[in-house]
Amino acid sequence: MRIDCDIHPGLEGTRTTLLPYLDDHWKEQVVSRAIDGLDLTSYPPNLPLSCRSDWRPKTGKPGSDFDMLSAQVFDGFGASHAICNVLYGAQAVYDPYMAAAFCRAINDWIAAEWLARDPRLRASIVLPMQAPDLAVEEIERRAGDLRFVSALVLAQGETLLGRRHFWPVYAAAERHKLPLAIHSGSQYRMAPSSIGWPSYRLEYYIAEAQAHQAQLLSLILEGVFGKYPALKVVLMESGISWLPAFMWRANKTWKGVRVEVPWVERPPADIMRDHVRLTIQPFDTPPDQAGIDQLIDQIGSDRMLLFSSDYPHWQFDGCDPIPPGLPSSLIERMCSTNPLETFPRVQANS
Amino acid sequence: MADVLDRPDVRSSPVADAKTRLKIIDCDIHPSLNSRAEIGAFLSKRWQDHLKTYGDHLRVPFTSTTPYPRSSPLICRRDAWPPNGRLPGSDLPFMRLQHLDPLNVEFGILQVLDLFIFSQQNLEFGAAIQRAINEWQLECWCKPEPRLRASILVGQDNTEAAVAEIERCAVTGKYIQVNVSPRANEPLGRRRYWPIYEAAQAAGLPLGIHVGGYGGHAPTGGGWPSYYNEEHHTNAHSVAAALTSLVIEGVPERFPKLKFVFIEGGFGWVPAITWRMDKHWQHFRDEVPHVKRPPSQYVREHFWFTTQPIEEPDNAHHLRAVIEWIGIDRLLFSSDYPHWDYDDARFAFKTPLTDAERLKIFNTNARAVYTFN
Repeated sequence: MRIDCDIHPGLEGTRTTLLPYLDDHWKEQVVSRAIDGLDLTSYPPNLPLSCRSDWRPKTGKPGSDFDMLSAQVFDGFGASHAICNVLYGAQAVYDPYMAAAFCRAINDWIAAEWLARDPRLRASIVLPMQAPDLAVEEIERRAGDLRFVSALVLAQGETLLGRRHFWPVYAAAERHKLPLAIHSGSQYRMAPSSIGWPSYRLEYYIAEAQAHQAQLLSLILEGVFGKYPALKVVLMESGISWLPAFMWRANKTWKGVRVEVPWVERPPADIMRDHVRLTIQPFDTPPDQAGIDQLIDQIGSDRMLLFSSDYPHWQFDGCDPIPPGLPSSLIERMCSTNPLETFPRVQANS
Repeated sequence: MADVLDRPDVRSSPVADAKTRLKIIDCDIHPSLNSRAEIGAFLSKRWQDHLKTYGDHLRVPFTSTTPYPRSSPLICRRDAWPPNGRLPGSDLPFMRLQHLDPLNVEFGILQVLDLFIFSQQNLEFGAAIQRAINEWQLECWCKPEPRLRASILVGQDNTEAAVAEIERCAVTGKYIQVNVSPRANEPLGRRRYWPIYEAAQAAGLPLGIHVGGYGGHAPTGGGWPSYYNEEHHTNAHSVAAALTSLVIEGVPERFPKLKFVFIEGGFGWVPAITWRMDKHWQHFRDEVPHVKRPPSQYVREHFWFTTQPIEEPDNAHHLRAVIEWIGIDRLLFSSDYPHWDYDDARFAFKTPLTDAERLKIFNTNARAVYTFN
């Protein structure tokens, strides 16, 4: 078994792809106001990052061709299952009702046109975090369908994910055994770091790692994992090499100022090893084998990494999404044992 | 205060032990004003009145304290309050007694945080107090204590005043670096700040970038955190982002003689951000043709990092790996005296270092960056 935990089917647009899945009100709104073109600024379709050149379909958005995706992910990478994470602007619009309507449409579309087409596919429920109550509604609406195996949010939103107003979302996710998938990408509300808005997309993409770190700290220090002990968090497309140094610093600072968060009763790194998982692409590690060995040793757990190709994003060349130099025991864990522990619903339906 | 932490009480035993015979260059010491009135002597009547009436105008919610309450008063070690009642870091004789003498500090580089000169919204006021602070460092610290060195603090958002201040101070020969903040209106690599780099390079002074400041942006890309614990961690993110900005905007390419020192950001984050830059640069090269070489090469040649807050992995060998990844010649010891997360030179490095390596981190690396006259 080999579970690819992060692939990206492409969506053409609101007035095309999503129109049949919108209710009458939103159909009318979308058409009469020409509400379309919600591709995320984080992933412009023409960017090399957004699609490896040999995976770019002749027409249409990256990842939008089912046959290409299926041939590459299942035949090419040898995946037995793959989890679809749709990155489209529903998560970034300002109107919470529009956000919820578009999320519903995306989730119904992926179920009808992708999951129904190939029993090896799974998907994340795209959540409208602009309105946590509507995000809970969306989880409840789709959770009965076991092909949905996680709940998807962007790494950079309006408020940090640990804040209490999001907790009902986590209660619902935990109840339905859905891990919270935090994927790189931004609503573009705040600059990606405290130093301000960068000039280049390259800088912005590099900064995604820090956004994931900020979300982890928020979730841990606000006490989300104490309140929802069965909740798992999956960082998707976050990179992994920042993890050890981040854990050291999180532990050190917690030791110094834990008086401020008395409900965090264990070192943050211990909480991370129990609750947090990361997909392996982009594999942003040292270039040499000794460095990779060191890094794996520093992470200190063989349970945290999850296999992913990040198809069709361009993260690696050649045909093997598993980076060279990883020990075979770890490969085995990250391809099947770890994903099955993290996404228990994957097997519930297979 | 005999019960605090793991350091000896230097007031009762002010003699250095054998391990500290190594002369130390401490690249991050925080002197403080005992009161705001103390800076008045260096300000014109107009700005004295302004300070009294209007005060700071910073992009923070409170007038008289930090946005996130710290874990101890004034961010300071609880044993750093001088017996004479002055504020921590404001009393030179006590700084000598508690830090400079027992730690065998050969040179100490001052980093002034008072009055947040980098973050003042009123740029004229900012320019007036930056000049005052730069004068105050010489007058009240460097003149009476020859081991201390001053930095030229400049608020980069008033670029014109910053350049004038660099030129005014540099000709005195009494300053060791130019300091800017990682947090300002725009990322440090943006072109609007390049005249500052041009002036620093022309003056032959390194650029020091100390964490902190209020640039008006949320501390994280996902918004404002709830706790000091989180905000403290974002210091590391701010310098990682500043490093990215400087390299990817091509600043070292444009100003090849300029040396950059990141101060109080720690260094554990450096290898990962460097690998990350290299990896993604390969796929974005068309966007940044001015970045001619892999980003890691610029980092290795143009950037240095002070060591505090030292990383404390459970396994000391992991720290060793990080040091080797960055390059042992790139690390400059710093204590952050008198702040609560102070690193004591005797105990901070929990990984084995040879005498030659200790000499580099605690002394000679700093000499390769700074000129100590």
